[in-house]
Amino acid sequence: MAEAKKLLEVHRLRKYFPVKGKLFRKQYVQAVESVSFDVYRGETLGLVGESGCGKTTLGRTVLRLYEPTSGSIVYDGVPLFDSEKKTAVNMLPYRKKMQIIFQDPSASLDPRMTVGEIVGEGLDVHGQGLSKTEREERIKELLDRVGLNTEHANRFPHEFSGGQQQRVGIARALAVSPEFIVCDEPISALDVSIQSQVVNMLEDLQEERGLTYLFIAHDISVVRHISRRIGVMYLGCMVELAESYELCSKPLHPYTQSLLSAVPLPDPEKTRARKRVVLEGDIPSPLNPPGGCRFHTRCRFATEKCRQVMPELKEAAPGHFCACHEVQP
Amino acid sequence: MSNLQGEDRVLLEVKDLRVSFFTHAGEVKAVDGISYTLRTNEVMGIVGESGSGKSVEAYAIMGLLQNPGKVIGGSVRFDGEDLLSYNQNQMADFRGSRAAMIFQNPMTCMNPVYTVGDQLMEALRSHRKDISRAEARKRAIEMLEQVGINNADKRVDQYPHEFSGGMRQRAMIAMALICNPELLIADEPTTALDVTIQEQILELMKTLKGRNNMSIIFITHNLGVVAEICDRVSVMYAGHIVEQGTVNDIFYNPQHPYTKGLLASMPRMDMIGHERLIPIEGTPVDLLDPPKGCSFGPRCKNCMKICLNNPPPAVTVGENGHSCACWLQVQEMLKQKEAEQHG
Repeated sequence: MAEAKKLLEVHRLRKYFPVKGKLFRKQYVQAVESVSFDVYRGETLGLVGESGCGKTTLGRTVLRLYEPTSGSIVYDGVPLFDSEKKTAVNMLPYRKKMQIIFQDPSASLDPRMTVGEIVGEGLDVHGQGLSKTEREERIKELLDRVGLNTEHANRFPHEFSGGQQQRVGIARALAVSPEFIVCDEPISALDVSIQSQVVNMLEDLQEERGLTYLFIAHDISVVRHISRRIGVMYLGCMVELAESYELCSKPLHPYTQSLLSAVPLPDPEKTRARKRVVLEGDIPSPLNPPGGCRFHTRCRFATEKCRQVMPELKEAAPGHFCACHEVQP
Repeated sequence: MSNLQGEDRVLLEVKDLRVSFFTHAGEVKAVDGISYTLRTNEVMGIVGESGSGKSVEAYAIMGLLQNPGKVIGGSVRFDGEDLLSYNQNQMADFRGSRAAMIFQNPMTCMNPVYTVGDQLMEALRSHRKDISRAEARKRAIEMLEQVGINNADKRVDQYPHEFSGGMRQRAMIAMALICNPELLIADEPTTALDVTIQEQILELMKTLKGRNNMSIIFITHNLGVVAEICDRVSVMYAGHIVEQGTVNDIFYNPQHPYTKGLLASMPRMDMIGHERLIPIEGTPVDLLDPPKGCSFGPRCKNCMKICLNNPPPAVTVGENGHSCACWLQVQEMLKQKEAEQHG
């Protein structure tokens, strides 16, 4: 896959949210701090991390649903945003190419629109000059593809189960024939027996249409299953990025190690015999993150350097990036 | 401690429990005839998807069902006594002192206008009238220390919103355990938490279980958590227990098609290479209009004619109380009997 083309290049992306601070002093939630990564055409890049680590914010900032604070985003060779060169293109034409599937299917569908209208809205906005019948045909085709009954086009979202609502969300994203989809926890809200149905469908769609996914989830076993490469985030920073098998079998960053060892295996003997690296304490607040390496407050190997200097994401082994002072290439 | 260490007896016996919700749209049989026994020092996992009745069943045991929910049949015996015959006062005495419950979302289960310490002390003093405020406070601080909260003497005067999610869950466990209950019902206690915090809480529950000598009913949809903490498992689907057995029976020798399907459909960290997931097709049961026969029938790959018309009985399929409610097992059993007769 070395000759694969970069579809999305993200460089030193930052997203701060202003919050009310004390008098005359503005405070910021540092949701995403200087994150760089590339996504290759046709691959799935997984993003994992715990709640509050900024993975959803990163996904939305990449699509410029949130305006980045600084950094650059290049899509297919075209800079969409660059804080140094002061470029920020009009996103409308790119919305056709870049889509998103949201976590909560019921909250992300307008309750007053029928499923047909929801799926068709993208077709209307991106004026593909479809006639009324063509448009109807297209909607039916999409609903059929995601496993819904074509007669469901006239129903409202509340008439569907969670799994079916998520299928509507997927059909909506597919309507404008995008190349790149951010899947923001698409299966976390679904029942266990429905999750695998949706995962399989996302995989099939990727194969059929050559889609590229940025797959965000907190469940690392799902991410490992669907992704070719995985990025691990902690408190706004990308701490490790590697091929999924490599990352899960040879994690380098101490945070990834404890994250992986905390995932319970559905196998009583294995899971009880496993050695664990239990993390102490809680995630610090992103309002006032620790200086230096953001993980040093919970890290077993933290040194003085870790408290002072924030480590860069460096290539520790071929294709395996890690942001830790203690990990030597 | 009233229990002797190592003593092994039946603590809770649920027999043919039925709970229905009488809604405008009709009767919803949330729990439809489930039976199990829980022994002392045992952790029983109840697994199922949303709407399978796993929480409702726990609420029924604790007498916490609210309208329009009603227990319409069966019995619940705790240490030999019939809980369903208790009046409200007796039930209030029972809850908190002999059995306690922890919930999924600790924020909504704590009173935001009282300090954590006040709430812990209330739990203790409402059952033990002889304890003074000062003593109760000392005990509250001790409990917070036991569940691993640092600076417990300062934390005890803080409000729930000053605690992080994981710490709130710890505080709730402390509150549940302050009267040394014999039974702890944990309703999805780690679902709202991150994996690393989940790990901390599970470790804590294991330690406290050993120290306090109690039984736990652990309700969850996460099979990984079950594998880690439970001794026995009941798998629920649409108000029925479809399979029951030791944790090893369920994970290494599952018999019911639903249990098998669940295990096969999960992506696993120990899978090598890329295998396609095998999903359970179809959608969960609409409880307002459940199937006439086996509730899993319409989604089952091995569905037979009899499955669509008659609900299957639970049959014993192995040692240590491994049972399974499936017509395939009945068929298997009949074949064996026939073979024995001929042989």
